[in-house]
Amino acid sequence: MGSNMAECHPVAFRWPMKAKLNGAKLVHVDPRFTRTSAVADLHVPIRAGSDIAFLGGLINYVINSKRWNTDPFFKEFAVNYTNAATIISDDFKDTEELEGVFSGLVKFSEPAFWPYNGLEGRYDNATWQYKRGPRPAPARVEITRTTAAAGAITKDLIAKRAGPPFDDLVRSLKLGPAEKDPTLQNPHCVFQILKRHFARYTPEMVEQVCGSPKEKFIKVAEMLLESSGRDRSSAFAYAVAWTQHIGRPGAGVMALRGHAAIQGSTDVPTLYHSIHGYMNAPSALRPHETLRDYMAAETTPTSYYGNTPKFLVSYLKSMYGAAATTENDFGYDWHPKILGDHSHIASFAAMADGKVKGMCCVGQNPATSLNGGATRQALRQLDWLVVKDNWLTETATHWYLGPEVKKGEVKIEDIKTEIFFFPSTQIAEYDGSFTNTQRMLQWHSYAAKAPGDCRTDSWFYHNLAKRLKKAYAGSKLSRDQGWNNVSWDFDPDAGEEPLYPGEISARKVLREINGYQTADPKQHLKGFAELKDDGSTTCASWIYCGCYPAWDQNLTARREPDPPGVPGAHLKWGWAWPANRRVMYNRASADLKGNPWSERKRWIWWDPTFVNPPDPKTGKPVPKGKWVGYDVPDFGATKAPDAQPKPDGIGLDALSGTQPFIMRADGRGWLFVPAGLVDGPLPTHYEPHESPIQNPLYKQQTSPVHKVWAPGKPYNKLAVVGDPKFPYVISTYRLTEHYLAGAMSRWLPWLAELQPELFIELGKGLAQEKGIKNLDWLVVSSPRGHIRAKALVTDRIGVMQIAGKRIHHVGMPWHWGWMGLSTGDVVNDLTAWVGDPNVSIHEGKAFVCNVEKA
Amino acid sequence: MAEAMGFFTDTTVCIGCKACEVACKEWNQLPAENGGVRELSGDSYDNTRKLDGIHWRHVRFIEQFKGPYDGRWLMMSDVCKHCVQAGCLEVCPTGAIVRTQFDTVVIQSDVCNGCRACIAACPFGVIDINPVSGTAQKCTLCYDRLQVGLEPACSKACPTDSIQFGAIAELRTRAEKRVAQLKSQGVAAELYGADPGGPLGGLNSFYLLVDKPEVYGLPRHPELPTTNLAKSGGLSVASAAVLGLLAIVGLRKRRMDEQSRGGGGNV
Repeated sequence: MGSNMAECHPVAFRWPMKAKLNGAKLVHVDPRFTRTSAVADLHVPIRAGSDIAFLGGLINYVINSKRWNTDPFFKEFAVNYTNAATIISDDFKDTEELEGVFSGLVKFSEPAFWPYNGLEGRYDNATWQYKRGPRPAPARVEITRTTAAAGAITKDLIAKRAGPPFDDLVRSLKLGPAEKDPTLQNPHCVFQILKRHFARYTPEMVEQVCGSPKEKFIKVAEMLLESSGRDRSSAFAYAVAWTQHIGRPGAGVMALRGHAAIQGSTDVPTLYHSIHGYMNAPSALRPHETLRDYMAAETTPTSYYGNTPKFLVSYLKSMYGAAATTENDFGYDWHPKILGDHSHIASFAAMADGKVKGMCCVGQNPATSLNGGATRQALRQLDWLVVKDNWLTETATHWYLGPEVKKGEVKIEDIKTEIFFFPSTQIAEYDGSFTNTQRMLQWHSYAAKAPGDCRTDSWFYHNLAKRLKKAYAGSKLSRDQGWNNVSWDFDPDAGEEPLYPGEISARKVLREINGYQTADPKQHLKGFAELKDDGSTTCASWIYCGCYPAWDQNLTARREPDPPGVPGAHLKWGWAWPANRRVMYNRASADLKGNPWSERKRWIWWDPTFVNPPDPKTGKPVPKGKWVGYDVPDFGATKAPDAQPKPDGIGLDALSGTQPFIMRADGRGWLFVPAGLVDGPLPTHYEPHESPIQNPLYKQQTSPVHKVWAPGKPYNKLAVVGDPKFPYVISTYRLTEHYLAGAMSRWLPWLAELQPELFIELGKGLAQEKGIKNLDWLVVSSPRGHIRAKALVTDRIGVMQIAGKRIHHVGMPWHWGWMGLSTGDVVNDLTAWVGDPNVSIHEGKAFVCNVEKA
Repeated sequence: MAEAMGFFTDTTVCIGCKACEVACKEWNQLPAENGGVRELSGDSYDNTRKLDGIHWRHVRFIEQFKGPYDGRWLMMSDVCKHCVQAGCLEVCPTGAIVRTQFDTVVIQSDVCNGCRACIAACPFGVIDINPVSGTAQKCTLCYDRLQVGLEPACSKACPTDSIQFGAIAELRTRAEKRVAQLKSQGVAAELYGADPGGPLGGLNSFYLLVDKPEVYGLPRHPELPTTNLAKSGGLSVASAAVLGLLAIVGLRKRRMDEQSRGGGGNV
């Protein structure tokens, strides 16, 4: 759903096709009939931007179905493994009560120092919290046991600079137990809130909002129910826990990432808002003043995240090496802090205002990116720009070949930017690792040496870092102490030949990410359970800890598949984080007693007869019983299903033997999300910012907290609802034959000839209305700009009935630009700087346009 | 002869990714047409259009729709059929076209004189002149890879195993099972070229189709050019003369092409 997996992930699509050969049913819900639809059992058309209405419809259908309400499996799973039974605060108000918004909506004012957050409103999530009993008694701190006083303990510990160890600090964060109603009858329990919330998402409403025929929608819902239960599972991108699809084989949420190693780039992040291993980046806007403030704000005491101080201190030791000491809080004060939204569009909005002076653009081609005209205008404000790529991309040539320059709107001599181009190696020309969408790291070795001066990206950053360190050396300014103290030791060791002159040692980087005993870097850490919060362990990214468990043992280089005929966890093929687990939260594949939900779907289970060796640390005997199976258990290996939480416990000790979701504060899958999502605790349908219709579901038209960057600026004009100038819904997308902004495909003759030119796909009905013939040149326009493209007239896209209106849907692949062998206009010149509030992802998949013959 | 080897192409799992086309070109170092600078064909997602001397694999896209979203989109990766009775091999005047120990049909570029007889003789329109070499070329079923125990580049690259490589006998069994499975699901599936008693003695590259062969551009009754020759002795003599003449002309033309290029040789 909302994914074109066959075209965008053809290699991974091998597995849905294998499943199909084994009898699986494949449903594709998409505005276009794509190459994925071509091999699906059922294709359901849907208007771009209405997925939540469809999914909400499925939830409503499923929880009111006879099947869900009669097969005891469903309730057993939902009550125990999700937060369905949890009672939410009396103060919570749902969209049902507030005409489409949740309680806690407050106005947001952009701060003067970084007015690029794109927000008008934001939610205070205080009312979304669980209803709780009194806080547990802190064992070793004598103080009045009230909620306020418990907060005081934390404050006191921070003021005293207590720890390491930081256990008391973590313990002071524990909240009282959440109230529950296992009968699911309490009107304030999650299940009842959900039931009310989704009641209006009827099949008729789905048809109105999505344009998906009611019969087809019901067929999907029935197919979903059919393939759910003890013995069956479905992989589904949303609403997974309703039909019990998480943590079980052949099921779950598989994020289809947009790029070969993009999983790795968020794990060891190039993201602005997190540091390694998905810890939040220290922020100037949050209570992150000191190390302990950060720990208090960011540690979930009753989940595996209770170990956050260990992850953080080991990370800081990796950042600042010997300079990071207990006395200086492991160099926490040197760590940069973010000022707000520094995501892609936010950064370009700031660049357009002259707030960003320089840019290193490595393997990225923003000149063809979102709102291309605005992006190129932003690029022209830079003092300097570094482009490092395989070819002279559009970003490297926008100053003399961009459409504005060609049209004479911009004069070359007025552009002050100094542009540097660095030729780049290709993937097969260096050593390193990929992390794929399954969280699996696979090491690769270079196949050929790159020509001439082509260098790797790591070469670039390695040598830049060394030069910057030199430049800051000797500075007494406090702001420069981060650079002065950062540990940077990635030159190859004596005897290791660099691949290119000045090249980094890729193995050394992975060793640093894996981690080691600070006192002896040759002693690698075997897993994140070994991490300490006192500086004695060094580990750049806790989630990768264990991929390189000994100095000479790179598990990511393994290539040993399981033999045929076994379930195929393939534990000796590469290495998957965390701890080489292939299915996360796999405790959920077994029932409360630890037995597989079904023999057919067994994955891990409790073996009560297993004889454990004595505890290696204490030498004490360990009772019988262990989680065993095909995968690495995502649970305490010897924690029995009947284990009870320890009253004073933190981390996993705070969870019982039946709470599989160990990264969640309550060990359960969240159907209702009290924290973490900023746009509401439940999915709610809002119209895209640019929409042809009024929201049929709520008075609230768009998400009250969605992002519009550079609002009101002439380079980010937006269409009004139902704008007659832009009557068609448009989606932008990718083709198998090209890759992203084209630097890896449009220059390659074999790929260029397969999709040689830009096109717009439009339905036969629209073509007839406008007198358009196949291959005619068309002008496509949005409030941001207009471009030319050839018509590809087809019935694979077409007209839909939306809220009583007949609405044409069109689509355009966005790979093109003016460089390379296969060229075309920049489709992103049509898209807007509008995005979602959680991850700042753009709305280029659902906006409006006009189409005319050229 | 070793066991007969070939392809079974299950079109029901083809996702039209064209990895086979690219893998084929990469392994066999075939050029893109006009260096890759081309115009949009407007024929669905098919921009290479046909099998010829530089396209030894071709993915066909067939849109069958009654109205918006109402229909199906068929895809099929096509290739030389490596016919058991191969017309091209029969008509080749220079003996450039041979049957290998894998029961596949290969044109030896260094023996081909570019006479084009095979092009006319192929009932599937598979063969054409490769403008770089000036000789007739087509899929070799990666003869060079087979000789060292590797599978052909296209089937190796196929992500969904729509193109399956193996021993023909085993592929036929697999294909029949798949047809039975599809039929039990109500899909009108049939095999094309899998029958050794069928046209051309069976095809060593055969297909599972869900519509008439013509829909995929495949002749329902592929025939050898010699089928007609046998019917008419006189005509066959005349044909032989014409073919001989063609061969001479072709040879001359090739020499002239080579001279005008300043040498030449095979690529």
